[in-house]
Amino acid sequence: MTVLDILKYPDESLKQISQPVESFDDELCAFLLDLEETMRAGPGGVGIAAAQVGNFSRIAIVDVSSKPKIKHNGCLILINPEIKTWEGMKIGREGCMSVPDYTGNVIRAEKITLQAYNTEGELCDYKCEGYEARAVQHELDHLDGLLFLDRLVSRRTDLFKRKKYK
Amino acid sequence: MSEWKMLTLVGQDKPGIVAKITTALFEAGSQLGEASMMRLGGNFTIMLMVKSELSVEQLNQSIESVVEEMQLTSSFQRIEASLHQHEIPDTRITVYGADRPGIVAKATTGLLEAGFNIMDLESDVAGDEAEPIYIIHIEGVAANGSEALEQAMEQIKINGVHVDVTPIDVMIG
Repeated sequence: MTVLDILKYPDESLKQISQPVESFDDELCAFLLDLEETMRAGPGGVGIAAAQVGNFSRIAIVDVSSKPKIKHNGCLILINPEIKTWEGMKIGREGCMSVPDYTGNVIRAEKITLQAYNTEGELCDYKCEGYEARAVQHELDHLDGLLFLDRLVSRRTDLFKRKKYK
Repeated sequence: MSEWKMLTLVGQDKPGIVAKITTALFEAGSQLGEASMMRLGGNFTIMLMVKSELSVEQLNQSIESVVEEMQLTSSFQRIEASLHQHEIPDTRITVYGADRPGIVAKATTGLLEAGFNIMDLESDVAGDEAEPIYIIHIEGVAANGSEALEQAMEQIKINGVHVDVTPIDVMIG
C-alpha cells in the first residue's frame, strides 16, 4: 500500500467533477487500499475522496469509528454514492487535508440516507447522522468539485441554535 | 526583526474604507496578512497584519491621504508575527443575558480561572434601549478540560445569565 500525495487548493483540479466508476476490478481494489492508507496517514483524517489524490472517480472513504460516543457505520467505502434524503441542519467545524491550516463553520444535514456501491460492486443503503453524516457530505462534495470553503458560514450564524453540552 | 506591522484603524462607517486603505497599502508594496474588520456601534474598525519593509512612519504616509479624506484614525505598530500558525479552538461559549455592569469581566475572569484561553470574542448589545441584552460569543482552548470550564460557568449563570458551552469537534476530511 502507498500513501498518495494529497492535492492542495489552489490546485484547480480539485474543482472538477469526478466521473462514475464503471469497472469493479483489481485495479480499483488496489486503489481503494492506497486511498484508505492515505486517509489514515493524515492527522485526524476521518474521510477522503479520490479527487483529493488526483483520481477523478466517484469514490470516497469515511471512517469515523475512532471518535468516541458517536453512531457510525464503521469504514464506509462509497463508490458512485448518491445521497437520497436529507434531514435537519446543523453547523459544525470542518477542516480538509486539501486546505491545510484553516477550519471553518459549515451547515450540513444532520441525518442522511445514501446509496453507494461497495468494493464488490453491490449497491448498499446507509443511514448516517451527526459527525458521520457531516463527513460523508464533505467527501461527496469533493466528487462534485466543491470544497468546504464553498459552504462557509459566519461564526455568528448559529448564536442561539446550539446544542446543550450536557 | 519581523517585517510585520499591525494596522489599527477606526472611523465612522462609510463605503470605501477597506478598498481605499488596502489599495494604498498595495501601491506602497505592502503584503497583507490576517485581518479582522467589523462595524461596531456605527464605526468601522480594522485590525490588519501588514508586511512591509517600510518603516512605521513610511507606512503612515502611504495611507495618509485616505485617512484624511475619510476622517479615520489609524496607527501601525511593529509586531512579532507569522502566518500559518492557526490554532484550532476546541470549545465555543455563548453567554447572554440582561445587560448589566461587569458581565464581561465576570465571565472572562471565570474562563481564565478555569484555564480557558480566548482566541476569538465577539460581543453585541441587542434588545432595545430600555432593556438591553448582552451577547458574547467566544471560541478558544480549554486547557484544563471541559469540567473545570462548566464549574466556572455555573458561577456566572447566577442572576439569569445564560451560558452555553459546546465542544468544537472539528471534522477533517
